[in-house]
Amino acid sequence: MAFAFMIPGPLRELAGNRSEVHVEGSASSVGEALPLLWATCPAVRDRVLTERGEVRPHIHIFVDGESIRDAGGLATPLRDGAQIFILPAVSGG
Amino acid sequence: MPESHHVAPRAGDVLVLVGTTKGAFVFRADATRGTWERGGPYFAGSAVNALGYDGRAGRTRLWAGPQSMHWGGLLRSSDDFGRTWTNPEEGNVKFPAGTDAALKQIWQISPGRADEPDTLYCGVEPAALFVSKDAGATWSLEEGLWNHPQRPKWEPGGGGLCLHTILPDPEERARIRVAVSTAGMYVTEDGGTSWRPSNQGVRAQFLPEPYPEFGQCVHKVVQSKARPERMFLQNHWGLYRSDDRGETWTDVANGVPSDFGFPISIHPRDPDSAWIIPLESDEFRCTPEGKLRVYRTRDAGASWQAMTNGLPQADAFETVLRDAMAGDSLDPAGIYFGTRSGKLFGSADEGESWTAIADGLPPIVAVKTAVV
Repeated sequence: MAFAFMIPGPLRELAGNRSEVHVEGSASSVGEALPLLWATCPAVRDRVLTERGEVRPHIHIFVDGESIRDAGGLATPLRDGAQIFILPAVSGG
Repeated sequence: MPESHHVAPRAGDVLVLVGTTKGAFVFRADATRGTWERGGPYFAGSAVNALGYDGRAGRTRLWAGPQSMHWGGLLRSSDDFGRTWTNPEEGNVKFPAGTDAALKQIWQISPGRADEPDTLYCGVEPAALFVSKDAGATWSLEEGLWNHPQRPKWEPGGGGLCLHTILPDPEERARIRVAVSTAGMYVTEDGGTSWRPSNQGVRAQFLPEPYPEFGQCVHKVVQSKARPERMFLQNHWGLYRSDDRGETWTDVANGVPSDFGFPISIHPRDPDSAWIIPLESDEFRCTPEGKLRVYRTRDAGASWQAMTNGLPQADAFETVLRDAMAGDSLDPAGIYFGTRSGKLFGSADEGESWTAIADGLPPIVAVKTAVV
């Protein structure tokens, strides 16, 4: 299986200055696919997940255009070839 | 991102490290403290509540705990006064598996004693103490405090359930005092294995029992390096002094417009001298009467005098937070504070006169100093 992770600007330096990272491996859910990204971009992990393994509150992950918040969280199923976007939420002050 | 300027301090220069809700700044002056140059902004966009300087063992190391709303927080350091910063691959202050906790914010970075130059402490939210024994390379949770049976009863204050004050005793190596909002102070006398609440005499105005064993909302505590028995405490209502290393506390709110406030700073040599910035009340957390006044005691709290020369005395409804005031170690001592409106003031004569060092900064949440 192959997946494409879309890396937001603030994290690209930690991903070898890439905006898109392609990984291959077996994963049936977002939670199973993320370790494939960490394997090639380990510094991205702690910026996206807390030490409890939860997606940080102001991070959005979209799979093929749909937020995983509405589709099962990290258990959201993946298709082969899925595009996974990691994006900062519209929050601040 | 904004372009960062950098300072290049020389030996004897003074640094004022300023943390804001949108980044950190480094101000530098020579020992006369007459003219200041600005470095930064660093970590633009991230809140920096924790700053520190480690000048032990030949280091000139700045520490910062930037907290991104999106990407979390971690400790970063600079050995070239901010020109470059470490950016660890993994979060370096993390709750271990089994605690079921996650770091919300770094509140304090504090070097240990001079005779243990590789020890540093870090206070965080949720309230916990981390310690490093290798000059900040690795950090571990102080489990004795984390597992304290009273911890589940601690309540968050307005800033969250944070451990914001860390006081390694200057003389007694195994003694460390910490303060948590809202839990009060805890002290260890065995280097962190066991902790006990230590709040005798400190009022909790917001609880049915006004003098509980723990649960006080301590805003800031300072300890004299010259006479470690002497401490001062600014409480959520209440201004206190201790003459026995914090075991008991006496109210010293004598002649101040309010005993509500956040920061407190103690003189580097004179244990009878301290500075506070009273706020009107917990409902209106602004300087009373629209006057920005620092109050100084020279007699251990028996009396306090308003220090206003150079500070606005009309239409100044300012707020100065718990970590936004600090003194330097020079003679005469310098004292500095920053406001939530982004103004940074400094005095090179122990508060007799003040100058505006900077204006227009983001809301200031931390002020620390160093003499290089």
